[in-house]
Amino acid sequence: MKHQTEPLSQLHEIAAGFAATSPATTPAATAGADYWSLRLVDQTSEGLAVRDDVAEPSSLGLSRGGMVTVVVGAGIGYGATNDLSPAGLTAAFKRACRFASLHDRLGLFDARQYPRSALRAEFRSPVAQPWESWTLQDKLAVLAKACAGLDVDERIVERAAWLGHQRSVQLLFTSDGGEIAQHWEYVHCGLSATAHADGQTQTRRGGGADHAQQGGLERISASGLVDDAALVASEAIALVEAPECPTGRRDLVLLPSQMTLQIHESIGHPLELDRILGDERNYAGLSFVTPDMFGTYRYGSSLLNVTFDPDVPGELVSYAADDDGTPARRVHLIRDGILERPLGGALSQHRSRLTGTANARACDWDRPPIDRMANINLEPGEGGLDDLIARVEHGVLLDTNRSWSIDDSRNKFQFGCELGRLIEDGELKGLVRNPSYRGISAEFWRSLDGVGGAETLEVRGVRNCGKGEPNQSVFVGHASPPCLFRDVEVFGGGL
Amino acid sequence: MNQEAFFALADRLLERTQDDELLFANLDVEDSDFVRLNQNHVRQAGSVRSAGLGLTLIDGSKQVEGGCELTGSADADLALALSLLERLRERLPHVPDDPYLHFSDTPMQSSRAIAADLPDAAEAIATLTDQAVGLDLVGIWASGLIGDGLASSIGHRYWHQSESFNLDWSCYLDRDKAVKDAYSGFAWDPLQLAQRINRQRERLQIMARPQRRIEPGRYRAFLAPAAMQELMDMLAWGGFGLRDHRTRQTPLLALANGDVALHPRLNMTEANERGLAAGFTAEGFAKAERVPLINSGRFGQCLVDARSAKEYGAEVNAAAEYPEAIEVAAGDLPANDVLARLGTGLYIGNLWYCNWSDRNSCRVTGMTRFGTFWVEDGQIAAPLAVMRFDDSLYRLLGDRLEALTRERDLLLSAETYDGRSSDSALLPGALVSGIDLTL
Repeated sequence: MKHQTEPLSQLHEIAAGFAATSPATTPAATAGADYWSLRLVDQTSEGLAVRDDVAEPSSLGLSRGGMVTVVVGAGIGYGATNDLSPAGLTAAFKRACRFASLHDRLGLFDARQYPRSALRAEFRSPVAQPWESWTLQDKLAVLAKACAGLDVDERIVERAAWLGHQRSVQLLFTSDGGEIAQHWEYVHCGLSATAHADGQTQTRRGGGADHAQQGGLERISASGLVDDAALVASEAIALVEAPECPTGRRDLVLLPSQMTLQIHESIGHPLELDRILGDERNYAGLSFVTPDMFGTYRYGSSLLNVTFDPDVPGELVSYAADDDGTPARRVHLIRDGILERPLGGALSQHRSRLTGTANARACDWDRPPIDRMANINLEPGEGGLDDLIARVEHGVLLDTNRSWSIDDSRNKFQFGCELGRLIEDGELKGLVRNPSYRGISAEFWRSLDGVGGAETLEVRGVRNCGKGEPNQSVFVGHASPPCLFRDVEVFGGGL
Repeated sequence: MNQEAFFALADRLLERTQDDELLFANLDVEDSDFVRLNQNHVRQAGSVRSAGLGLTLIDGSKQVEGGCELTGSADADLALALSLLERLRERLPHVPDDPYLHFSDTPMQSSRAIAADLPDAAEAIATLTDQAVGLDLVGIWASGLIGDGLASSIGHRYWHQSESFNLDWSCYLDRDKAVKDAYSGFAWDPLQLAQRINRQRERLQIMARPQRRIEPGRYRAFLAPAAMQELMDMLAWGGFGLRDHRTRQTPLLALANGDVALHPRLNMTEANERGLAAGFTAEGFAKAERVPLINSGRFGQCLVDARSAKEYGAEVNAAAEYPEAIEVAAGDLPANDVLARLGTGLYIGNLWYCNWSDRNSCRVTGMTRFGTFWVEDGQIAAPLAVMRFDDSLYRLLGDRLEALTRERDLLLSAETYDGRSSDSALLPGALVSGIDLTL
């Protein structure tokens, strides 16, 4: 296998040792274990930050662990451990068998439906400039410069710049001969400026804060970490001085920095098949989408095209295969406004008898895969941002999500943004602060009346999507152009 | 990894400090069983064993932090820890002096172990699914040991461990018509579980009535303790941290400035004396046993971690600047009188997905969820379709707060994002004269 780095070589050794010596392959256990997989994760991370010109303590993280999943008859169980010695993995295997026995007696489904993988594949994030090519001092110097660049006015009460790196190497090894090696790398950075005057506090972020992608140090310049500092700080001050967003029904132009959350909460989550199957009802919730809707339901206007696309270079969750070992490929979820397929991995597809996607994902070695978003993208239309604005007589342009809330069926939502700008007679006007809007997913997407062209598309994502019991927080990619929505309830802050 | 093994590892590791180096070693350990349920059957079951070591290396005015996972093998773990230590040592000269470096230089020791009478997970699940036959039950069982340890080259030796179970579940009738409950603690009693399941069956009979839909507007409401917890979680998000206050980002800025006041009977305290979470900080300080956060409706004290204490010249009283063991003082409203005092309005069992609508105004938006009913003339009339609220806590906990219940619920957090949480809350229910529903 090409591109083997030291962690991946070590993971291969661990997996080979497990396959050769563990109870999984001894005659007695083989008779009981119909299928097993070992998912090993080696992760390194580093975090740097400068706040008000003072470097915060730097952090270095090293993590390695594995999850053994075992299918025995109609049961399935898992055992996760960071003891990757033969004895440690054997103990994890036995614990997995114990829970497979419980599932065999009281399980929701016959585990013989569980997807078996014989896939051999690999994936590697595109990295132009490796994290190690800069010294620690180089990185701290960039952060110091960015933080200093936020110091534009005494009304700025807190300034921060941060830079982080994560390298995750995962090997999925199965008893059917599957062997999937994936190497993801992320550099994330950001800026935050908080301004205060006359009882009003406003925070503006930028410099990549909500613009995460895979990649290396090239992400720093692409994110504007240093160059955007003065603008970020001046907008924080301008927001303190700005009037409240007016209340009433207006058209909305949502920039990609807000479209990310709009797609995430009111398309991505409702289409998750495990929600539709009820698995998440005690925590993350269910969905207003029901199985009979696929193929016929009008989710949005004919301008709405949404894809599951694991192949976009650099997007946060591009990968070769999901964590059950199903190969990933681009498919439409919504085409010309009509709902086509849910976000569900192979197991959920078996349970629901619906065609889905390769999206069974785990946040780390210590959590089992469940249906998650990966890259969920709104496909571009035609025209620029100016063209969208020109079509608005009475509206608001919204930039950068700061607040998100939606009901457990993913229908009634309310979102708030950092910055709003009024639109009157097709022209941008002044800033407004605390801009928010609310609506109902099932109706909102039908008011979509404009989608920016390919030149306006931005590849973004979120790094804190929470779901699952036990809880899991994962990265999710979203690419979108700016979009125009008609006649939406908007409002501002205040008691 | 147990206390003895951790301190043995720490002793060997701390011997390897050089010259004027100081080293703090923190351990988070977990041995958990998780069983996920849907439709009263097992959806996903397994176990997680993990041990994470955190190191802070200090030399003069410089510090660097790092973490790695441990395996449970003494020699292997020493090698992992030494490797991390060496990497931190390489980084230390390249970071600037830290003016807010702050650690306890008084060697302190404590050890606390909360034992439990835990059933085998399979036995507990069999009991649960048997008692819930016929119900569409969905939820999570989590059980086992969690522990925290600290050892330093100064001489700190802290240990805190607890064994517990946490069963968090809901029962559904149809779509979002559901009731929720939780049973958690240290002594498993199938009879208590049966009582809770039976109570849910009774609630589900009411839930089976036709759903009431209401228009947006202001309504009288009773917030059950679980719903109050969602509001307390919002206040925990920036409400009490000293740094949030000094940088004027706290949603309680107007309260802290004395521009507004909450209800004079509202008293909130961070009550570490409850002892469910570790009583020490990563820097070796002992947490304050009680920190008054709200006194008679007025702002009390901030929560202060070691770094903020140095930056702003305050005393350390918390490991992190958010409550981990919040307590709201009981009121005088007997639980049995809640519906009568409510009269006509909403009984809100749970709130969901709260977020700031406008921090400057302490305004929160969120949704009603499980076990929310329309009440008429002191009687539960019908289940209520989910509604969005958008209202200020200055109102809900201020001029519109009519009463707090005499009884309080001890709620153990079911959160498991960074391992099983040891957070807890002791909360009454709240009767409010109005809550603004918007969608």
